[in-house]
Amino acid sequence: MNLEYLSLTELRALLDSKKISSVEMTRHFLERVKKHSDLNAFITVCEEEALKQAQEADDFIASPGENPFLCGIPYAAKDMFLTKGIRTTAGSKILDNYIPPYDATVIKKLKDQKAVLIGKTNLDQFAHGSSGETSAFGPAKNPWDKTRMPGGSSSGSVSAVSAGLVPWATATETGGSIRVPAAFTGLSGWKPTYGRVSRYGVIAMSSSLDSIGAVANSVEELAGIAGVVSGRDEQDSTTGQGDVPNYAPSLSKDIKGLKVGVPKEYFIDGMDTSVKERVFEGIKQLEKMGAELVDVSLPNTKYGSMVYAIICPSEVSSNLVRYDGIRYGHTTKEAKNLYEVYAKSRAEGFGNEAKRRIMTGTYVLSAGFFDAYYKKAQKVRRLIVNEFNEVFKRVDVLACPSTPSVAQKLGKAAEDPLFGYITDQLNIPGSLAGLPALSIPCGFCKPSDGETPSMDGLPVGLQIIGPQWGEQKVFNVGYAYQQATDWHRKHPSI
Amino acid sequence: MLTREEVIKIAQLARIELSEQEVEKFQKELSTILDYVEELKQVDVTGLEEVAQVTGLVNVQRADIVVDHGNREEIFSQAPEMKDGYFKVKAIL
Repeated sequence: MNLEYLSLTELRALLDSKKISSVEMTRHFLERVKKHSDLNAFITVCEEEALKQAQEADDFIASPGENPFLCGIPYAAKDMFLTKGIRTTAGSKILDNYIPPYDATVIKKLKDQKAVLIGKTNLDQFAHGSSGETSAFGPAKNPWDKTRMPGGSSSGSVSAVSAGLVPWATATETGGSIRVPAAFTGLSGWKPTYGRVSRYGVIAMSSSLDSIGAVANSVEELAGIAGVVSGRDEQDSTTGQGDVPNYAPSLSKDIKGLKVGVPKEYFIDGMDTSVKERVFEGIKQLEKMGAELVDVSLPNTKYGSMVYAIICPSEVSSNLVRYDGIRYGHTTKEAKNLYEVYAKSRAEGFGNEAKRRIMTGTYVLSAGFFDAYYKKAQKVRRLIVNEFNEVFKRVDVLACPSTPSVAQKLGKAAEDPLFGYITDQLNIPGSLAGLPALSIPCGFCKPSDGETPSMDGLPVGLQIIGPQWGEQKVFNVGYAYQQATDWHRKHPSI
Repeated sequence: MLTREEVIKIAQLARIELSEQEVEKFQKELSTILDYVEELKQVDVTGLEEVAQVTGLVNVQRADIVVDHGNREEIFSQAPEMKDGYFKVKAIL
């Protein structure tokens, strides 16, 4: 049976009607993971645990009563999510042998559903990056063109899902880490409202921005996943207090009269013209389906990446203090005193990008500079938040490109300290304002930096941004678009 | 550009030992980032509040009750060195 790229609803039906068992389904995907190991999408594959979980799911399915949405269906988790008893590395040598003593809340919720975790996906080290290249375990590859980056930081998650190695995967975003890789690999990616999904047990990067989401082959599936993973968590005091709407059953493809804002600042100078064209076609499609397009302006967009370049490293430098070589993680063998335990363990364990961010953060937070950098950045952030608030008084959602280009060649990110701030500039402002967003595939184009073996060209992402807690609106627009188009049904030939 | 001494000072504060080549590299790279954010200094933010919590939550609290997670052994099993139930560290002085 060919299972790859079947929707979660289709897989659910196969399991419920007992046409296939969860163990068989899990074996199928594990085989594909092995067959396509050259993509380097996984850091750890947990075959034994997966088959055990699948057997438990089969036992549950055999018992009377309804089965949860994700019961028995394999998934992968970005290696930022703590998984009890299963190695979790954050893509860094400093956590090379780390076995978490507990599960992240999201992992626990998925366990409660009896979903089957088949492995932990590759990522930029500590999610620091936009290409996947900063991983200490080597970069994951883009299944559309293996010489290109899948985008990051959720590089392995998108590589695995777009190659059909797993039906869906968890992901995290701080400023572009779900939307960029989803766009680069032709997937649907959901970046939730800040606090919609618990961060508990997800390795911290930049705590005022970190959002926990997912990537899948369609928005309909994302809405179903959102219903499972969202909600208030006692263990994360920044989770939203409100109830979680019933996203998937409430999906509507009727977007007549919906006001879709098109922010002119998101069509930046220097972006690929063919990316621009595909995105405009996507927006025109929304209009054809009855949405009303409204030209809007968000003039402070240009400051987003600069604000992020201060806030993110500041919070990173603080969050990564915990890797001290004493309680867990890598410890040096060379230390003569306590200072050297810290300094050498961290020197040996952290990669270049983590070091750069920690030091940038340390500098801008240090005495004498705090007001000029961090405080100033948090005030400019207010300007960006206010600007979005004003625009959302006039429109329901915003539609714009997810990225300025299609997937670039591997190696591009390595030596440019500003690579991420440029690649993520269309995602960062929304992240700073805590807004929910989607990236959905809206066509293909030829890359501007050389040839690609992909006959179709490379996928382009259309970004839909909503107001805080406006997930349902965003999902509806994406769902409506995917009812009328079939870009999300295109898959790489691997 | 940041001086050698500035980079070494930052690295000490951050508790990261740097090689000679790294000091030179980070002199350039940190300076690139600081130049990049320079434009923010021109932005007028008069009267604006800093963003402390983006969805507007204030002082979320829970009951102060001890919960036993029962995973003491698993937590300590990750430490490089333990003695008598304590983390073992090098002499501080």
